[in-house]
Amino acid sequence: MSLAGSAEQDQFAAALHELLSAADVSGAARRWAGQDYAAGLAVWRRLAGTGATALAVPAEHGGLGASLADVMIACEEAGHHALPGPVAESLAAIPVLLAGLAAEPAAAAWLPLLAAGDLIATVALPPDRPYAADAGPAGLTLLVRDDTAWLATPGTSLPSVDPARRLWSVDGRELLARGPAVATAAARALDAGALACAAQLLGAGRALLEHSVRHALQRTQFGRPVGSFQAVKHRLADVAIALEFARPLVADAADALTEDRATAARDTSAAKVAATGAAHLAARAALQVHGAIGYTQELGLHLWLTKVHALANAWGSQAAHRARVLAALTGKTACR
Amino acid sequence: MSEEEEPASGTFRAEVRDWLRAHVPAAPLPSVDTAEGFERHRSWERELAAARLSVISWPADYGGRGATLLDWLAFEDEYYAASAPVRVGQNGIFLLGPTLLSHGTSEQRARLLPPMARADEIWAQAWSEPDAGSDLAAIRARAARADGGWVLSGTKTWSSRAAFADKAFGLFRCDPQAERHRGLIYLMFSLRADGITVRPIRQLGGGTGFAEIFLDEVFVPDADVIGEPGDGWRIAMSTAGHERGLSLRSPGRFTAAADRLAGLWRRTTGPAGAMGAAGTATADRVADAWIAARAYRLHTYATAARLAAGGTLGAEASLGKVFWSELDVALHETALDLLGPQAEVAGLDGPDGRWLDGYLFALAGPIYAGTNEIQRTVIAERLLGLPR
Repeated sequence: MSLAGSAEQDQFAAALHELLSAADVSGAARRWAGQDYAAGLAVWRRLAGTGATALAVPAEHGGLGASLADVMIACEEAGHHALPGPVAESLAAIPVLLAGLAAEPAAAAWLPLLAAGDLIATVALPPDRPYAADAGPAGLTLLVRDDTAWLATPGTSLPSVDPARRLWSVDGRELLARGPAVATAAARALDAGALACAAQLLGAGRALLEHSVRHALQRTQFGRPVGSFQAVKHRLADVAIALEFARPLVADAADALTEDRATAARDTSAAKVAATGAAHLAARAALQVHGAIGYTQELGLHLWLTKVHALANAWGSQAAHRARVLAALTGKTACR
Repeated sequence: MSEEEEPASGTFRAEVRDWLRAHVPAAPLPSVDTAEGFERHRSWERELAAARLSVISWPADYGGRGATLLDWLAFEDEYYAASAPVRVGQNGIFLLGPTLLSHGTSEQRARLLPPMARADEIWAQAWSEPDAGSDLAAIRARAARADGGWVLSGTKTWSSRAAFADKAFGLFRCDPQAERHRGLIYLMFSLRADGITVRPIRQLGGGTGFAEIFLDEVFVPDADVIGEPGDGWRIAMSTAGHERGLSLRSPGRFTAAADRLAGLWRRTTGPAGAMGAAGTATADRVADAWIAARAYRLHTYATAARLAAGGTLGAEASLGKVFWSELDVALHETALDLLGPQAEVAGLDGPDGRWLDGYLFALAGPIYAGTNEIQRTVIAERLLGLPR
């Protein structure tokens, strides 16, 4: 299945938005921060009911075999609601990784479970991604090192700047696959994860802009809504511009990855750089527009602010992604 | 979108590319802001028109090909990639032309569009006044009713191309008693008419790209009024939409410049990082400029697809205007930083000489067609819903 056009994609996004709006995701995120995962996992199961967890899983393994463009819609909406849990891993990177290793029955066996939403999954890919995010509540933890892929056991964990996220060291327990197919699948998974992370950032940035506009309309100082001041207007306009022009890069990179274009790595990195930049701008503006109340854990804005800071470097730093774009520019590559 | 390294033969893109390869002058033309350069650019427009390439999106009756938006974008890609000359007729073909197609009479279209397409008549815009810039509705130049037409008096300024152009179009106040947006008339006049004085203004880069126009009882016949008297503001805003929207700055300009920037970076610092840590910082700016140019291209194509499906472009055009104008400045600043001590040299030989001119041109972008401050206010109030 692939959503036929932008109208169907818009409908899917609206359906996810409606579901997550009704699900008290912020409450679940606060409990997730206290390592009480039940409410968050219940949201994930409802998300699975929309097919979101099956999108990236091939049809022959119980999934929907959708395009990555469709997967990115789900990731963006997850970011829009600051959904706790390993979003880029479960919705994109791991389905892509396991699909690439599906010749191994022990790897393929996990795909239907992922599609059905029976579990959430996470992965560590050292050296660049040394931790498995949220391995605690995950039903499947993987480790990819060089040309080997393992089922892994979580060891110790570190807190993230995002309270609703923990970073786990993992040890390989059972070898799933070995050889060049692992390296190929891991490279694809890294791109899919980075792009999913970009989509999540885009959604988080959009939420931060919406919160800022609401606050600026509501909050009165000097007898006027603060949103009537030009300094506030122009700052939020810049956020709208940055988000608007990051979006087409994410959509284009999704097509490049789906179609396995030669430029897919470059396009993924371009999308990640732009989406991270836009989300960062949104976070700075949101905090400034909210003032002191934004700098608390009482309002809830921190759920998005800290997620942006956590995800900014989670799937490759800005420097690493710019370096990949530059590497493409050393060859003959056309901007158009 | 796929990479378009080499277009399929027989396509419109291939025709444009082949024609440009055969016709673009090997040496750049003299500056369009000199009398000689202006006429050389007029000749170039006539060559384009003879190949039916000057106004491809217009109907065939007026010298166009009825091309789709996507074909127009392909044309622009190829035009900039070929480093073809500046479009001296831009004000006419991209602003007044679409306005006449939407709001003009069939008599006006038949009389004015073909000579515009052939560059027999080159148009300047006459909107701003000494006291009406960002606050355009503060226009004071008068149009007084006369027998069979209108009599214009007042001053227009920052009129692009007016130093050498043949005709001009703009807004005048026809009813000083009416609410200020409702008392305006949109009309066209000859820059050779009795009562007109044009004073060229030397710009930042030394050229006379714009001018002041003094009007002293200039008669304009009714046939040269666009729409109804009093309806000028609404019509002008539709022209402003064209200017801020797709037609003013197609992505071809920025993607071509981004590719040239990548080439300059490879040649000056390159992946070997000859500039050390400073090179890394500059390299990041090269990457960002290249990414932004690609983002603008992808966004424009998505917008074109939306418009082709019957969508409309309103205040969203302001998002693009701020984005491309800031991208243009950043891109050229990065190039100049790569040139180092050569950056300040005016009239540098070879392709590197284009960066300084391009930079000075780019610096005007955040000002014209509605300053970026005005655009940000439009975005905040009309797209985000913040209070006035």
